[in-house]
Amino acid sequence: MQALTNRAKLVERKPMNLLERLYLPAVFKGMTITFGHMFKKRPTINYPEKKRPFSPVFRGLHILNRDEEGRENCTACGLCAVACPAEAITMEAAERVPGEEQLYHEEKYAAKYEINMLRCIFCGLCEDACPKDAIYLSETFAPADYQRSQFVYKKEELLIPHPIHEPDAYKKALGNRVQRGKVNQ
Amino acid sequence: MLIAIDLAMILVKLVLIVIVVMASLLIAMYATYAERKVAAVLQDRRGPNRAGPFGILQPVADGIKLFFKEEIIPNLSSKFLFILGPSMAMLTAIMTSAIVPWGDTIHLFGRDISLQIADVNVGILYVFAVVSMGVYGIMIGSWASNNKYSLMGGLRAASQIISYELAMGITIISLLMVTGTLSLKEMVIQQQQGAWNVFYQPLGFLLFLICAFAECNRTPFDLSEAENELIGGYHTEYSSMKLGFYLFSEYINMFISSVIMSTLFFGGYDVLPFVDESAWGLSQNWMAIIGLAALMIKVVCFLFLFMWVRWTIPRFRYDQLMNLGWRILIPLALLNMLVTGLVVLLKMNHWHF
Ligand code: SF4
Ligand code: SF4
Repeated sequence: MQALTNRAKLVERKPMNLLERLYLPAVFKGMTITFGHMFKKRPTINYPEKKRPFSPVFRGLHILNRDEEGRENCTACGLCAVACPAEAITMEAAERVPGEEQLYHEEKYAAKYEINMLRCIFCGLCEDACPKDAIYLSETFAPADYQRSQFVYKKEELLIPHPIHEPDAYKKALGNRVQRGKVNQ
Repeated sequence: MLIAIDLAMILVKLVLIVIVVMASLLIAMYATYAERKVAAVLQDRRGPNRAGPFGILQPVADGIKLFFKEEIIPNLSSKFLFILGPSMAMLTAIMTSAIVPWGDTIHLFGRDISLQIADVNVGILYVFAVVSMGVYGIMIGSWASNNKYSLMGGLRAASQIISYELAMGITIISLLMVTGTLSLKEMVIQQQQGAWNVFYQPLGFLLFLICAFAECNRTPFDLSEAENELIGGYHTEYSSMKLGFYLFSEYINMFISSVIMSTLFFGGYDVLPFVDESAWGLSQNWMAIIGLAALMIKVVCFLFLFMWVRWTIPRFRYDQLMNLGWRILIPLALLNMLVTGLVVLLKMNHWHF
């Protein structure tokens, strides 16, 4: 019969000769191979001490953004929740009362904003949907936890640190976002 | 006179026993660590490196973990035998170290202390007897577990030991024809003066090495604990420190057989082959210490070989194992014995037929 591809290989089933039955030549061959591996470079890195750099488009935990004055950007329009394919986002809107201008950028804000990290697939569609640049995906993982309820991230956990009151933490949370913006443009 | 017991000698021997047992345990402990490191290195991994610097405390952590595990004794097992199994495996593993000459005599506190617990004149036979007893630990434990897989593992271990013990015994016979003594100490002294036995018995050494792998139940001969066929093999039902004993006795066995191989074929505490060390003009104590170090280096090399082979070669199939034992090793060992006998006879006859 003609083979469909010419890659077929006939398996040889002849009985082993004495040398092969002794196994020793094959054993030595294998041992030289493994010995050679002792001097190979190891691809593993020591994780918590050393971290691999993420790609600039990495999508990790969400961050709710503030503007330069530290006001929350989100206006609770719900576009992110609608865009979310995993239905991970819930929110409740509230109206800004006079005197709260320092806190919220728009007249309407999210009083409650939750993302269920167990549902989220980190697709980044919420970031794309947001008209206010209020949400973006950072470069950190959701850490492990013992309880499911702990994976529903509240607004307090999602909000970026205040840029004026805690500038260092703000910078850290921002990460490479500035450069990332350039990549996207 | 028999009554005149030398109290100081008993004390010395006791101290020696404690040191040797402790050292064996310690080395076995770090053999587990070394095993994991070697495995990692051979597989381009890093191995344990979290507990202490370079993971040096890993065996301690493992030991503590085993101690705190729940101790499970199956309901339908025979309890006495179930506990006897691992104890026996451990006991026989340690017992062999009694007759190993760890070094030359040292001179301490005005006494000549031989670094050997007992110079038994049937030395090598004692080793054989005790090592073969080791399989009883496995057999008893596996039988007492009342578990089919365990029993199967135990049976495999027993039949494997029987098959390979034969080849090993025949190899030893040819070695004995060369040395003409059973005492390990005397063998070492002979090798110190002449050449190492491995030069007289290269094939014998190879056969002995293969059999030693089989006796230690090490890969590629670890059919008695073949996970993919027998769950855990003979220690399926064991947990906590009893499991620890089984695992640990394997490493002690490995250490002891490395020592025995070094002693039988590589001159024991002899430092270099074909070199007269007494010409170095070092004091007796220093010579003993250097000898001990030399023995340890040889042992470490063997341990590495054990691990290297384990992480290279897959496990044999059972029929391959038996084929190798009965149809290749035993005939080769017999051939080796015949040729050795012939040469020894010729030599005694001053090379006349
Ligand atoms: S990243 Fe995707 S799945 Fe996660 S919340 Fe945003 S839109 Fe939903
Ligand atoms: S994060 Fe953006 S899209 Fe989502 S509710 Fe707030 S403003 Fe709207």
